[in-house]
Amino acid sequence: MRKFIKIFQPYLWLLLFVIFLIISFVSGFEPGKDISAGFKNSLVEMVTFIPALFIIVGLFDVWVPKEKIQKHIGQESGIKGIAIVVLLAMLQAGPLYGAFPVAYMLWKKGASIKNIFIYLGAFSSLKIPMLGIEIAYLGVQFTLARTLVSLPLFIAIGYLMEWWLKGKNFRINEIR
Amino acid sequence: MSTSSIVYIIVSVALLLISFFFNRQKTWLGLKKGWTMFRNILVPFLNILIMVSVILYLVPPSIISQYLGPDSGVYGLTVAAVIGSVTLIPAFISYPIAAGLIGQGASYTVVATFMTTLMMVGVVTLPLEIRFFGKRVAIMRNTLNFIAAIIIGLVVGLAL
Repeated sequence: MRKFIKIFQPYLWLLLFVIFLIISFVSGFEPGKDISAGFKNSLVEMVTFIPALFIIVGLFDVWVPKEKIQKHIGQESGIKGIAIVVLLAMLQAGPLYGAFPVAYMLWKKGASIKNIFIYLGAFSSLKIPMLGIEIAYLGVQFTLARTLVSLPLFIAIGYLMEWWLKGKNFRINEIR
Repeated sequence: MSTSSIVYIIVSVALLLISFFFNRQKTWLGLKKGWTMFRNILVPFLNILIMVSVILYLVPPSIISQYLGPDSGVYGLTVAAVIGSVTLIPAFISYPIAAGLIGQGASYTVVATFMTTLMMVGVVTLPLEIRFFGKRVAIMRNTLNFIAAIIIGLVVGLAL
């Protein structure tokens, strides 16, 4: 029984929702019908672009040489260094806390404090797969505006952190 | 079907053909990776669509535009920034929520601030961040990003 619950737990909401819809339609419960209309619209929206998006993301993942870019991290400084960390961050996927171990790796490899924080900033909000979904839902204009405003602010935060932490023995701890 | 869906389908098919022409094995690997990622987000994504459609039904647009609309001012901005900071919602799931909010009358400033704090400020993950960076640095990073998120929201709102 416990095993059974474990398998079905992720689908609990889905299941309840389907049961709710069936009951609504059978008994003619109007709010249920309205909710299903709203749900159907967003589902259709999703089905039309999400598969295409994941084809793009998957191909992207196999063709773009992340390791090659990683090799240059820390060696380059100035604008080129910033461009490399931003590019590397944009190629990632996942939540921000997944970036902390990478920040450790960057620090270990001798990347500057500035570039480490620029990496975290770009990782949190400029990842390409996320931008793809953002464009689909909120439009090119919104995405472009948000991205273009965010980038200089991340870079400013990078400089600010470096200025603040200079000579203060900044270190990142490794956590296993 | 929206224009962006059509663009995505055309781009994905074109890339698929080019990729297939150059390297069949890599193309299969890419498709497999894409499929795995898709499968991983499918159920959470459907759950959020359910939640959004139920909440948008229960909360009338007039309430959303009153508290999160263009005239909500400092109040709307604060609500967006605080909720975005303390909740831990994966970014891809936040897009349908954001689109729903805009559709119901929320302002671009509020939505951009909410999304940015969601992505860059993490109160829930702060203990983890402290273990990596130490207390002072982690708190400073979150504070600076919180301020940046509000600036981003305001500028995006002005630009659109």
